[in-house]
Amino acid sequence: MNIVVCIKRVAATDSTIKLGSDGKSIDPSGVEFVLNPYDEFAVEEAIKTKEATGDGTVTVITLGSADAQKELRTCLAMGADKAVLLNAGDTELDAFNTAAMVGAYVKSIPHDLVFCGKQAVDGDDSQFPSRLATILDLPCVTEVQSLALEGGVYTAARDIEGAREVVSCPTPAVISTNKGLNEPRYANLKGIMAAKKKPLETIDVTTIAPATTVAELTLPPERPEGKILDTVDELIAALKNDAKVL
Amino acid sequence: MTTIAVIAEARSGHLKKPSLEAVTAAKELAEKAGGATVTALIVGSGLGAAKQELAASGADHVVAIDSEALANYSGDGYAKVLVDALKELAPAAILAAHSAMGRDLAPRIAAALDTGLVSDATALHFEGGKYGATKPVFAGKAYKKSMFDSQPFMATIRPNNWEAHTGGSADVKDASTSLSAGDLKAVVKELIAAATDRVPLQEASVVVAGGRGLKGPEHFHLVEELAAAFGPGVAAVGASRAVVDAGWREHREQVGQTGKVVSPTLYIAIGISGAIQHLAGMRTSRYIVAINKDANAPIFKEADWGIVGDAFEVVPALTDAVKSAVG
Ligand SMILES: Cc1cc2nc3c(=O)[nH]c(=O)nc-3n(C[C@H](O)[C@H](O)[C@H](O)COP(=O)(O)OP(=O)(O)OC[C@H]3O[C@@H](n4cnc5c(N)ncnc54)[C@H](O)[C@@H]3O)c2cc1C
Ligand SMILES: Nc1ncnc2c1ncn2[C@@H]1O[C@H](COP(=O)(O)O)[C@@H](O)[C@H]1O
Repeated sequence: MNIVVCIKRVAATDSTIKLGSDGKSIDPSGVEFVLNPYDEFAVEEAIKTKEATGDGTVTVITLGSADAQKELRTCLAMGADKAVLLNAGDTELDAFNTAAMVGAYVKSIPHDLVFCGKQAVDGDDSQFPSRLATILDLPCVTEVQSLALEGGVYTAARDIEGAREVVSCPTPAVISTNKGLNEPRYANLKGIMAAKKKPLETIDVTTIAPATTVAELTLPPERPEGKILDTVDELIAALKNDAKVL
Repeated sequence: MTTIAVIAEARSGHLKKPSLEAVTAAKELAEKAGGATVTALIVGSGLGAAKQELAASGADHVVAIDSEALANYSGDGYAKVLVDALKELAPAAILAAHSAMGRDLAPRIAAALDTGLVSDATALHFEGGKYGATKPVFAGKAYKKSMFDSQPFMATIRPNNWEAHTGGSADVKDASTSLSAGDLKAVVKELIAAATDRVPLQEASVVVAGGRGLKGPEHFHLVEELAAAFGPGVAAVGASRAVVDAGWREHREQVGQTGKVVSPTLYIAIGISGAIQHLAGMRTSRYIVAINKDANAPIFKEADWGIVGDAFEVVPALTDAVKSAVG
């Protein structure tokens, strides 16, 4: 079984975001970059699937700059077998050209199952998995919180507003993973050592143009200074007169 | 005449409120673009009531695709019929709510139409002949404004950022599809309704959330009672990750980076410290109230109003006061 996992290198969620001098990007100095937290669930599920079936290869793929080799190595240390960096250098990427480029590559390799995270926590797009499935013409279930494979058919559950959807999905398929699906393993020392010997291929790619252009990145407006109230009655008055929710 | 399309959503026969908000956003954008009509599309089965609600949403035209095979959401099925309909309609812009359906469906449509998409938009633009949108990025720590170089423009919009309107009367056209159940790849086998009649977290106008300050799952009734005090259909219960990880509450209630993003009119944080990953999920709420016994808790920096005190004393008193205010 050929299992593909798409991952992304992102700014850690607790990093302080400062604007770059171009006003369109962040200043990366002082920012810690990590494997996208939702992709940890995707890598874990891929390795688990391989372990359960007893055969197969887990290939992790990312489109990005050479720096992303670090996050690919993290996945190899967790237990993935090989990694591919589609090196786009510093080209401007959006969901449109990212999915097109990764999609073209995945099409060229065997892929029985494709795992993604539900969302990359930098752009918070939640676009790539559905786009990839459309490009690959595969069925897809997004934001999956439980997954069982039987006879080549997935039963997947996902939360929607006010309910849980249970979806039946034939494979090959694209699955995007949500928190709750599994407990991602940590890369132990043995894994980290083994990862150094695993293949990490770099392919230079020239991306197509993005569909959108960043015009401006801004910091959120400061919330006005809050007020500490002494009594519940004062709060009720504020909720009535200012917030008008009562 | 240029038209802006809205992909609307019905559940249990009724239109979802974020879809009405999307119609409002479309009308606003139509005005900025110098005049355009708004065409709302809806897919499903048994759409009678939802069609009427949509016809009175302020849209100019409604197109309903009613099909037994599409009674439940199917990513590939809905995308197929909508892409066909949208190709025929040729809108300048397409909007949908950033709901579970919108998040799954809009990128499929964008990929099929070979165009861009701004997801979770909080503002829409038309400048120098180009459409664009602004959305929170880095968990709300920055806002990104993007302009479109591709057509049509597409965006999913964050719930609770535009008002839902009723009034007006659109013409309703029933469209058919030849799609049958056999054409669908992934299919919904079962919908398990949440065991509560409360409003979904992301659609609630009030969210009452509890954290580790409540000390144990047995005290969460305080949070539930405060939510209930706002009256039926108003408030939903949320939780911090700490209490979800501890197994006190279900993940579906988690607010934040790895939970849900909510943007209600009022967010009440009880015994929640206000970690950056929690703020990511509630920072765009219109008003924020914090109840915490630690005056230095970071949540107070985000709050419009705060009470420094013990939740076990403040919350029951607040619940009583809200009850009598609601009447
Ligand atoms: C990758 C990542 C993703 C994350 N995602 C999320 C997420 O989606 N959502 C989320 O919430 N967190 C998330 N977190 C965790 C986050 O960093 C915090 O650990 C978490 O939000 C803390 O929850 P809490 O505020 O309930 O608990 P604590 O931080 O322990 O705060 C408890 C608060 O209760 C107050 N308190 C105690 N007793 C009382 C009392 N009797 N009355 C009133 N107040 C009292 C205390 O003063 C304190 O401020 C994430 C972390 C990481 C690393
Ligand atoms: N540049 C990329 N390379 C590979 N996979 C990606 C890339 N960007 C996003 N993904 C995958 O798509 C998921 C959702 O990302 P997004 O649509 O950007 O929120 C991520 O969790 C990854 O699994």
